[in-house]
Amino acid sequence: MEQFIQQLVNGISLGSIYALIALGYTMVYGIVKLINFAHGDVFMVGAFIGFYSITFLHLGFFPALLISMAACALFGVLIERIAYKPLRNATRIAALITAIGVSLFIEYGTIYIRGAQPEAYPNNVVPLKSIELFGVKISGQSILILAVSIFLMIVLQFVVHKTKIGKAMRAVSHDQDAAKLMGINVNNTISATFAIGSALAGAAGVIFGMYYTKIEPLMGIIPGLKAFVAAVLGGIGIIPGAMVGGLLLGVIEALVSALGGSLWRDAVAFIVLILILIFRPAGLFGKNVREKV
Amino acid sequence: MAKTLKNAKGFWGTIVIVIVLSVVIQFLINGGTLNSFYVNTLFSIGINIILAVSLHLIIGITGQFSIGHAGFLAVGAYVSAIFTMKLAMPFPVAIVAAGLAAAVAGLIIGIPTLRLRGDYLAIATLGFGEIVRIAFLNIDYVGGASGMTVSHLITWPILVACVIITIVVIVNFTNSTHGRACLAIRENEIAADAMGINTTFYKVMAFAIGAFFAGVAGALHAHNFYIIQPVNFGFLKSFDILILVVLGGLGSMSGSVIAAILLTIISTFLSSYPEVRMVIYSLVLIVMMLFRPQGLMGTKEITAFFKAGRTAKGGMQDDKHTVA
Amino acid sequence: MTNTPLLKVDHAGIRFGGLKAVSDVNMELKEGELVGLIGPNGAGKTTFFNLLTGVYVPTEGSIQLDGKKLNGFAPYKITKMGISRTFQNIRLFSDLSVLDNVKIAYHSLAKHSILSSILRLPPHFSGEKEMEEKAIEFLKIFKLEGVMDEQAKNLPYGQQRRLEIARALAANPRLLLLDEPAAGMNPQETEELMNLIALIREKFKLTILLIEHDMNLVMGVCERIYVLDHGQLIADGTPEQIRNNPKVIEAYLGEEVS
Repeated sequence: MEQFIQQLVNGISLGSIYALIALGYTMVYGIVKLINFAHGDVFMVGAFIGFYSITFLHLGFFPALLISMAACALFGVLIERIAYKPLRNATRIAALITAIGVSLFIEYGTIYIRGAQPEAYPNNVVPLKSIELFGVKISGQSILILAVSIFLMIVLQFVVHKTKIGKAMRAVSHDQDAAKLMGINVNNTISATFAIGSALAGAAGVIFGMYYTKIEPLMGIIPGLKAFVAAVLGGIGIIPGAMVGGLLLGVIEALVSALGGSLWRDAVAFIVLILILIFRPAGLFGKNVREKV
Repeated sequence: MAKTLKNAKGFWGTIVIVIVLSVVIQFLINGGTLNSFYVNTLFSIGINIILAVSLHLIIGITGQFSIGHAGFLAVGAYVSAIFTMKLAMPFPVAIVAAGLAAAVAGLIIGIPTLRLRGDYLAIATLGFGEIVRIAFLNIDYVGGASGMTVSHLITWPILVACVIITIVVIVNFTNSTHGRACLAIRENEIAADAMGINTTFYKVMAFAIGAFFAGVAGALHAHNFYIIQPVNFGFLKSFDILILVVLGGLGSMSGSVIAAILLTIISTFLSSYPEVRMVIYSLVLIVMMLFRPQGLMGTKEITAFFKAGRTAKGGMQDDKHTVA
Repeated sequence: MTNTPLLKVDHAGIRFGGLKAVSDVNMELKEGELVGLIGPNGAGKTTFFNLLTGVYVPTEGSIQLDGKKLNGFAPYKITKMGISRTFQNIRLFSDLSVLDNVKIAYHSLAKHSILSSILRLPPHFSGEKEMEEKAIEFLKIFKLEGVMDEQAKNLPYGQQRRLEIARALAANPRLLLLDEPAAGMNPQETEELMNLIALIREKFKLTILLIEHDMNLVMGVCERIYVLDHGQLIADGTPEQIRNNPKVIEAYLGEEVS
């Protein structure tokens, strides 16, 4: 039982990282209908920026988190403006191929610049004590991850529902042409979406580094794909769906590990994906829509 | 009718030239004129042509964006290796078994997922590729992470035969009512359905044929490289195949073949700088999509360039058809 | 001519969620009739076509073609059973040649198997030859044989509309559904189209159901007309009866009647 709760806590920590990344996927997909394959790599870049901020600039956890988020926001906007914007009216396949290209470029560009060797995150940045809950030791880092994730998600909900840019985002994702006619600057709104999504991925990168301590240039691929699975699981384009999907996926993975299938852990996400695509392609929170004939 | 015949002649002419060329190369190999570096490059080119053409059928002709092709390659590689190394079967039998196993894998993944469109299909196939890789990683019978050692059984005649059979089958399929059914799905699935085409059947069929030849390529791959490991069949391998099809031009088989030859040569020269190779590949993908999304050849075949006079197309562009 | 109607629609309808898009439609088409289906925008005309062709499955009622129930069959099967259609927003195979567009529609009548095509066995050649000849025959009727090697997307708009009808005809239907075939055409093109429709109906012994906004066209060629409004049939009868039906006039009130 203790073991089970321990795994559940691990699953929730991992799941909240997935959720943070999944939010970016889901927001971007909601607004430009593009699977931004490079999103997982923004997460990786965020982890590295956090790492360098802590080790070279000797910053604390929170300043490093903020720097990483800001830099990733900028990076996300750059990717969108350079690679995706010219393709907004191109075919879906062309956009998807470009996204794959951008993803590979960031991964191997990073390796080219700094090499493929991993870095170890300093684990003493946040002196948090573990606490005991129902006889289960929960590490300070788990609590921190959860707290930061929940805080960011609340902020995101606020931004999306209460601010002008959030309203514009929802309008553009609902009907781009109509939004344009209503005087919304579609280009800026799309950029803002990329900025917010990328900032969240950056935050996830720093948190991931704290929690798992090892970071490397290809670290974004698998969490990125799994976060996409989480977004699909919750219903792509739906913000609460991404949060729930992320947490659910993290917990499922942790439980599979606990049941002795740790080597199969990476396959679980994809099996979940294929099952959800077959049985409920719109996701847990989504509505089915058919192409208009 | 005359046009079809002429095309067919050009195609079979090319095949004859290829066979003659292969015989010459065989003599050069036997005579020792070509050193092992060139021979290896030629083998890689052949395998990549099969992979590119098989994926071309799925993406270029049928329009189904599949990015898990390495999964079929892996199935073919492992099944063939089991046949030759564990069951002591002859190599040709292993090749056929590899193809069939991959085709079955194609059916298993294709039947449920091909109902999905575009992006979802892409992700589902990517997921499938990963599941296959992780499965092999966890099966001790095939060596887990350390993989299997495989004898070098590939020979030039076997390779050439496989390449030619792949191309002939896919060209013959494409240039028939069945291939046109696939093209119709690529162009407009709803209209294809309304015109009496069983879209699911043809999507699954294209997927299974493509998977079959990817499996064949897997058998050749396994018996060329001495060792197979799950790490060789990750999604990077899928992207390697994808770029061949994209670069050649989605919908052009000769484009895929040319891209397979060019990129294999380029990556052979860049093999000591793998990250440079990937940076270049990724830039090529991005720049290509930005400036020439139709690829090197567009949907045209190389035979089209030899036909003069037929190219005078009227520039009758009419954008009125946006009326809903 | 037999007494069983070719198409019998019995209290058919569909709801999306709580919304009734089409409900309680009854319709009978006799073999060889040319019938119009009109109604204001958003009345459910195209949705009704989608019910007939299997794109949507009716949630109520039944649809029968020559006594055979169609509910639940996939669109391609319904096409094979004898209903083919054109689309309101043209859906050609735009990157393919005009000839290939028509050949594709002839696909379901092809007899040669995948294996015989791959191995280039005799059935492949005879089958392909027959398809090509048939396709050219259809193109000739529609005066499109001169552009058969063009990509469909390069045709002028009027020819694209004609090609769509040619393609629908090549699928060998007994019942042809035309969804606003004259949309976007000028009066002269419309006139030509009407003659063409009369001609193919004669030549292929077709039954035609036609959605059209152009009242002149509908009143001019159709023998009977059904009127759909808010997803329900509000009237049916001869053009003369429809013209004078107060319900129809009311439904169109405020709508532009061109």
